Amino acid sequence: MTMRRLINLKRAEARKIYLTYAVVIIAYIVCQVMSSTKFLSSSMRGMLVPICAYMVMAVSLNLVVGILGELSLGHAGFMSVGAFSGVATAILLQGVIPFAPVRLAIAMIVAAIFAAFAGFVIGIPVLRLKGDYLAIVTLAFGEIIKSILNNFYMGIDSQGIQMSMLSDTTRLLPGGKLIIRGPMGISGIQKIATFPAGAILLIIALMIVFNLVNSRSGRAFMAIRDDRIAAESIGLDITKYKMMAFVMSAALAGAAGALFAMNYSTIVANKFDFNTSILILVFVVLGGQGNMLGGIIAAAVLTILPEKLRSFSEYRMLLYAIVLIVMMLATNNAEIKEFLSRLNPFRRKEED
Amino acid sequence: MKAKTKYVPVPSTTILPERDAGRSPVLECVKLGITLGGIKAVEDFNLTVGRTEIVGLIGPNGAGKTTVFNLLTKVYQPTTGTILLNGQDTHGMDTRQVNKAGIARTFQNIRLFKNLSVIDNVKTAMNNEMHYNMLSAILRLPDYRREEVAAHRRALKLLSIFDMQHMADAPAGSLPYGAQRRLEIVRALATNPSLLLLDEPAAGMNPSETADLMDNIRKVHEMFQIAIVLIEHDMSLVMNICEGICVLNFGHVIAKGTPDEIQSNPAVIEAYLGRKKEA
Repeated sequence: MTMRRLINLKRAEARKIYLTYAVVIIAYIVCQVMSSTKFLSSSMRGMLVPICAYMVMAVSLNLVVGILGELSLGHAGFMSVGAFSGVATAILLQGVIPFAPVRLAIAMIVAAIFAAFAGFVIGIPVLRLKGDYLAIVTLAFGEIIKSILNNFYMGIDSQGIQMSMLSDTTRLLPGGKLIIRGPMGISGIQKIATFPAGAILLIIALMIVFNLVNSRSGRAFMAIRDDRIAAESIGLDITKYKMMAFVMSAALAGAAGALFAMNYSTIVANKFDFNTSILILVFVVLGGQGNMLGGIIAAAVLTILPEKLRSFSEYRMLLYAIVLIVMMLATNNAEIKEFLSRLNPFRRKEED
Repeated sequence: MKAKTKYVPVPSTTILPERDAGRSPVLECVKLGITLGGIKAVEDFNLTVGRTEIVGLIGPNGAGKTTVFNLLTKVYQPTTGTILLNGQDTHGMDTRQVNKAGIARTFQNIRLFKNLSVIDNVKTAMNNEMHYNMLSAILRLPDYRREEVAAHRRALKLLSIFDMQHMADAPAGSLPYGAQRRLEIVRALATNPSLLLLDEPAAGMNPSETADLMDNIRKVHEMFQIAIVLIEHDMSLVMNICEGICVLNFGHVIAKGTPDEIQSNPAVIEAYLGRKKEA
C-alpha cells in the first residue's frame, strides 16, 4: 500500500519536495544557458556563485530555525569557519591536486567538517538554553568566531603548518608561505568556485535536509519544536537531537562558506559579521520558516535586489528596506494572499 | 548504568492485594513527598499498582494529583521517598529514562505535536525502537526503508484501535478535541509502556464521548494488559472502570479502596462530596 509512494510522506509534502528540486534544476539550466549565451551581464554572472552559497545558507539555517524551532543569530560564524578552513585547504592542496573541481570538493568537505566541529563545541553551552537566551548567545558566539579569525595567523613551510594567535609569530623558514594573515584574511585565492559546483552543493544540501526531516531524527526535531515537554515524555533525547540539527546546519553552512570564499580573490573575517547572519535569517523568515523553496527564492531575490537598485545610488538601501518591508507585509497578509490567489488561476486548482 | 535495588514489598499500601497475586507490582511509591515553594504539595504518598490494575486518582482541585504524575514521570524530582518501577528504583532518572523504563503519560491540557501529521505523532513515539542512523536516513539505505515501513504499519495498527487510521495524514492540531485526546493515548501506547498515566482523559467531553472513552480505556487495558492510573473528576467514569481508587486531599492520601468502599467512606464524603452539599 504505502510502499509504493515515498514511505512516510504525505502526498502534498512529497509534491512540495519534488517541486523544490524541479525549480532549482530548471533555474540552474536557465541561468547556465543565459550565462553561456552572454545574455546575463557580467555583474550578474559574478553573482551566481554567491547566490548559490546564500541559498545553501538559507537551507541550512532553516533546519535550525524552521525545523528545530530555535533562533540562531550567529550563522555567519559557521560560514566563516568554513570559508577559512576551506580556502586554506584549497591553497595547501594547490600543488598536490591540479584538477580544480576535485580540490574544490575536498575543500568544501574539510570546511564542512571544521564548521561541524565548531557547531558541536558551541552547541554544548548554547543548546542548554532556550528561546531568546539561546538566540543572544549564538549572536555572541558569531562575534567570537569573527574575533578569533581576525587574530589568527597560519602559514606553511618545510617544517609543516605553523599557527599563532594575536600577532604573527609563526617564524616561517625561508620559502614558507603565510596563508591566513589575521585581519588581512586570505588573499591570492584561486577562484575555483563555479556555478555548477554551487548548484550541486545546493542540491546536496536540499537532499540532506529533506531526507533528514523525513526520518526519525527529523520527526524528533519537529516534535521538540512543537512541544518540548511532550517530546521528553515519549523518551526523546532533547539535547542529542538539538545537537544533531545544530551540527548538521553548521556543516552545511561551512561548505557554503568555502564555496562563497573561493569566488573571490580575497576573503576577510569581517565579511561574515552580524549583518550577514541577519541577512540569512531574513531569507529564512521571508521565505517562510520550514519552507526550503521559499528561503531559496528569498535568497536569490534579496541578493539580486541591491544590484538592481544600484542606479538609485544613495537611495539604494532605503529602497531595499522599503521593498523588504512590503514583501514581509505582503507574504504575511491573509487578504493580499487571497487576492493574489484569485489572480492566479493555477493556484486555485492546486488548493482543491 | 541504572542503579538496581532489590524489590522491597510494601503490602500495607496495596489497594487490591488479591489481584496479581504472586507477581511483583508494576509501580510502588513509598513515602513519596515533594516541597514546592515551601509548600508540601504531596506528602507521605504510598501507592502500589498491580501489573494489570486500573487505579483512579481522585480528589478536589489542588489536591496534588497532577503533582503525583509529575513525580512519577520525573518532571519534578521527589524531595523524599522512593518510586520503584518494575522493582527498579527510579532515583536519579529523568523523564526520558522513566519513559524508557515503562511509564507513558497523557497531559491534562493536550500536548500533541500540532504541526506533525497524526501518524507522525505516533511514529515519533516509536523513535527509541528504531535504530537506523542519520547516514541511513540521508542516503535512504535499506535499513531506513525497512524500519520506516515497519513503524508505519505499527502506527496504523495502533491508530486503528481507536478507529483513527483514516485521519493518519491530517495535521494533529486540526483534529477535533476528542480525537486529539485519543491520539495522545495512542502516542503514549506507542512507547510500549507497562504503566499508562492518564491525566483527566474525559475533561471537556460530553457524556456520550465519556462513555466512548470508557470503552476505549477498557479496550486498551484488555489488549495490552498494562496497568493504568488515571486522574479524573468524572465520577461515573472512575467508579465504572477503576478497580482501585486512591483519594488525595491537600497532598495527603485520605482513603484507598474499591469504588464501593470509597463511595461509603466518611472521610471522602467530607473532603470531596461533602463540599458539594455545602454549596
